[in-house]
Amino acid sequence: MATGTDPRPKSGTAPGGGVRDGTRAAIAAAHLRTDRWWLAPAATAAGLLAFVVYSTWRAFANADYYQAPYVSPFYSPCLADNCAPMRSGPNWEIFGNWWGLSPALLILIFPLGFRLTCYYYRKAYYRGFWASPPACAVAEPHKKYSGETRFPLILQNIHRYFFYAAVPVAVILTYDTVLAFRDEHHAWGHMGLGTLVFLVNIALIWAYTLSCHSCRHIVGGKLKHFSKHPVRYRVWQWVGRLNARHMQLAWASLVSVALADFYVYLLASGAFDDPRLF
Amino acid sequence: MSSYEARFKVWRGDSAGGGLEDFAIEVNEGEVVLDIIHRLQATQAPDLAVRWNCKAGKCGSCSAEINGRPRLMCMTRMSVFGPEEVVTVTPLRAFPVVRDLVTDVGFNYAKAREVPAFVPPEGLGAGEYRMQQVDVDRSQEFRKCIECFLCQDTCHVVRDHEENKGAFAGPRFLMRVAELDMHPLDAAADSGIDRKRAAQDEHGLGYCNITKCCTEVCPEGIKITDNALIPLKERAVDRKYDPLVWLGSRIRRRGK
Amino acid sequence: MAEVERQQWDVVVVGAGGAGLRAAIEAREQGARTAVICKSLFGKAHTVMAEGGIAASMGNVNSGDNWQVHFRDTLRGGKFLNQWRMAELHAREAPDRVWELETWGALFDRTPDGRISQRNFGGHEYPRLAHVGDRTGLELIRTLQQKIVSLQQEDFREHGDYEARLKVFQECTVTRVLKDGDRVSGTFCYDRESGRFFVLEAPAVVLATGGIGKSFKVTSNSWEYTGDGHALALLAGAPLLNMEFVQFHPTGMVWPPSVKGILVTESVRGDGGVLRNSEGKRFMFDYVPDVFKAKYAQSEEEGDRWYDDPDHNRRPPELLPRDEVARAINAEVKAGRGSPHGGVFLDVSTRMPAEVIKRRLPSMYHQFKELADVDITAEAMEVGPTCHYVMGGIAVDSDTAAAREVTGLYAAGEVAGGMHGSNRLGGNSLSDLLVFGRRAGLHAARYAAGPGADDRPRVDEVQVDTAAAEALRPFSAEGPEDGSTPENPYTLHQELQQTMNDLVGIIRREAEMAQALEKLAELRVRARRAGVEGHRQFNPGWHLALDLRNMLLVSECVARAALERTESRGGHTREDHPAMDREWRRANLLCRLADPTGGLAATDAVRGQIDLVRVTTEPIRPDLLALFEKEELVKYLAEEELYE
Repeated sequence: MATGTDPRPKSGTAPGGGVRDGTRAAIAAAHLRTDRWWLAPAATAAGLLAFVVYSTWRAFANADYYQAPYVSPFYSPCLADNCAPMRSGPNWEIFGNWWGLSPALLILIFPLGFRLTCYYYRKAYYRGFWASPPACAVAEPHKKYSGETRFPLILQNIHRYFFYAAVPVAVILTYDTVLAFRDEHHAWGHMGLGTLVFLVNIALIWAYTLSCHSCRHIVGGKLKHFSKHPVRYRVWQWVGRLNARHMQLAWASLVSVALADFYVYLLASGAFDDPRLF
Repeated sequence: MSSYEARFKVWRGDSAGGGLEDFAIEVNEGEVVLDIIHRLQATQAPDLAVRWNCKAGKCGSCSAEINGRPRLMCMTRMSVFGPEEVVTVTPLRAFPVVRDLVTDVGFNYAKAREVPAFVPPEGLGAGEYRMQQVDVDRSQEFRKCIECFLCQDTCHVVRDHEENKGAFAGPRFLMRVAELDMHPLDAAADSGIDRKRAAQDEHGLGYCNITKCCTEVCPEGIKITDNALIPLKERAVDRKYDPLVWLGSRIRRRGK
Repeated sequence: MAEVERQQWDVVVVGAGGAGLRAAIEAREQGARTAVICKSLFGKAHTVMAEGGIAASMGNVNSGDNWQVHFRDTLRGGKFLNQWRMAELHAREAPDRVWELETWGALFDRTPDGRISQRNFGGHEYPRLAHVGDRTGLELIRTLQQKIVSLQQEDFREHGDYEARLKVFQECTVTRVLKDGDRVSGTFCYDRESGRFFVLEAPAVVLATGGIGKSFKVTSNSWEYTGDGHALALLAGAPLLNMEFVQFHPTGMVWPPSVKGILVTESVRGDGGVLRNSEGKRFMFDYVPDVFKAKYAQSEEEGDRWYDDPDHNRRPPELLPRDEVARAINAEVKAGRGSPHGGVFLDVSTRMPAEVIKRRLPSMYHQFKELADVDITAEAMEVGPTCHYVMGGIAVDSDTAAAREVTGLYAAGEVAGGMHGSNRLGGNSLSDLLVFGRRAGLHAARYAAGPGADDRPRVDEVQVDTAAAEALRPFSAEGPEDGSTPENPYTLHQELQQTMNDLVGIIRREAEMAQALEKLAELRVRARRAGVEGHRQFNPGWHLALDLRNMLLVSECVARAALERTESRGGHTREDHPAMDREWRRANLLCRLADPTGGLAATDAVRGQIDLVRVTTEPIRPDLLALFEKEELVKYLAEEELYE
């Protein structure tokens, strides 16, 4: 029976035939979707591109990233000798003075890696940039496809290490947010508009970090018997609820981190004064 | 809204060729696409081939592509289209066509056979199984699957690359692996089957680039990507790519 | 005639629903090489539609339950017309059949102590239905399907061929059971996809084809339910039993028209849903028949208390057996107290929080939302009776599931008669499939390997040619005059459905049934001229034309038996004979083909194709009768039966 499992004669077309493969229904169009399917990948690509352009500029700028008491999340912690001094801020000169480039590059590698290997962002850029696939049931333009089975994409499997790295980064950004409860003279017990910006940002960073699929696996997803680990089960459920919003959190935290940096830039470049609340 | 005449394009043909045929056909309030296909059969095209069974979204037989999107015909209400809109119905485009809207879904049955079955735990007789609801919840979600194969159809890994069909089991059967791996009493590990490793090595989990089309088309609303495929990827990482986990298990085994 | 491909098997199972797959698993495990043949894809059988659960007295939720109580409930539900030995075997073996599913990977909902959870259902004294939300049938079919696959994997390891000892022929139809004398010799089949004919030679054939609902207009059944197994048995010379008993499920969807008839699971009521008429009244309290008065609540308050405290309260009358509820709804609608679309209201929205409804009745929530745009957590559903199940079927031996009068023919599941008497309880269907599916497979395999195994029946060339000619007739059909257009099979089918629905439906009258027989005779003549366009490859018009033969045969059985039985009992309600008659309890009606050679000529409405005979049943075994109170038996059994 052809609807059974007997092998079918091989199709005549070359690899990459896809929906136009000789055995399939003869339809020339790559897809028959009538909705605006291109909108989502186009918007995704535009959003990601905008962030890449902005963050590249800011990361290489090596300027305007500190205005007491605020340090841009792009430059925190600052690990080289050439960092702007930040009082009781995350100035750890691990790299010494041989590092001549922007110190942001040293630390951004971690959040960048975390987001680059994130299960949501993977979907977003595979669809938006690589058109693999551009949208559901829309034929992709590539002749061959091996997914994440080979180098370099097989490296996506190390996502959990970037998660491990993302946690201390988030801790440091939390520390920065605490430091933001000072005024420009480093006196404690003050808040400005920037403090609020930092608060929102760190909340979103944590939510995004903890909603990570690897995190969900590590805290409990890997278990076979939830009933034997009630605490981990509760945590897993909680992370699961966050995880359901991973996409929204990914975007929200991406925007908030850029905004926090931009806010510091405005202050440091003197374009704007931080309105103090108290 | 009362009845109106709708314009349909239905793919007709077989493996030798075919094309979209135009029809004008009556549509009444509350009808679904499958009703219209049935009306075509009864009034204009008695030999129009179509699969269907339950007509209530429970059996997963009437899978097709409507305006280019993989859907169940019985669960697609005509009210989602405007009366002026042309409704295009084609067979699933990832599988060889048999005739009209019927395709050869044998690929899926072949893949089903490649997943080692549930292994009952030794020393536990029928009637002695004890499982907690929280432990069966995850696998139960996957067992909601009605095997409509829309996820298999939409998945670009095989839809756009015929040559990947040998290596890739498709979302439905990777989900089956996840279901068994999460089954609280599955004793595969005791019989030497490593489902986590096999997911990657034998069922082609690495081909999945988690672009989530399977989840988008699932008529049962199963979160295939988030709850089955990604957790399975993480489990494969435990086995294959995580030296810490590997080291930990070595030490634990030593200690025993 | 071109050579038809032949294959040799030990057991051929026709139908791949719960009964067929369970039979195939058993036959294969007994060592028989087994072929399963089904009209749809593997795993799509109508069993997936079963929602509520599998009745088995495991006593996980209420330890007072045991097989005797289950037996008692089954007999009460069937109004004592059940083939009692079947009901006994069913009640005794159901728990083992359910537990065995777990060893094959099934995942039922759990109790807090980790056992299989069980839910309440109409007619069952205790919570008894093992379930998975409201998709139990899907779980059952998938588990059996996966068990088959695991057996095939075993064969692959041993023989290098998945299908060495167990093969599923998907999308194939059997049109004739072939015979060598009195013995079954095989089946004549066609592949729906290619239209190609083939013969499976086998000494034992298990029919597990399900029901007949597609002969009715408003039905919960899918296109497959055309009474194929019933007709195949008749044509092979086996009798059908009590075909007048057709169950109308009380709650089918009534709107929109395209989904009219689709089932609304009884769990809705088991979990607290109530029926109201257009005046907002819970009318079921007015419809509790005398035989059930002592078992059901008399007030809404008591009924509501029962959900939480079933030991000290009686259950609400919404949970009466299906026939009672269906008749009550019918009466309310007739009295002008129906809902806007001709049903009544079934309401859970005021009974449970939205969260609970979505968790316990997910597919109902889904079904109404998607198909009717109704949010059942916020508003009431509109429901009405829909043709659901046929209690009648192939007359079988209780222990072996062997059909009478044809050696080597077995039947299990809905296609077999007797088990459910005049009315089936919800949940008893899935357990029936498992219990008797297994028995049919077991005995078919034993027979195939038994003493006659060396002298296999032979398939007669003439029978094959005749069957092929019969199957091809629609392609050369002509109208009444030379060259006029042949009949459209779709039109014939619609007329048949309308006839059965209107004239042999839920409430029956003598004159209407006589009229139905006239109409059936007319349709029979026209069906011989049913023609199709196109070629043999996946041609649904052709398939329907062939199924018409079966539907017409079965419909005639239903109409004739219904006309004969002058009482009302279970799934058979006569307006002109509204009472249950104790004398009729002992009477079984058997249908046989009028022309024993298997010809289908008779176009005369009075004569027809079917002969009906009345036989007296075997008395119920005394130890089983002793499970009931005397006062209850008096209501069902004739005087002389009581004193035997």
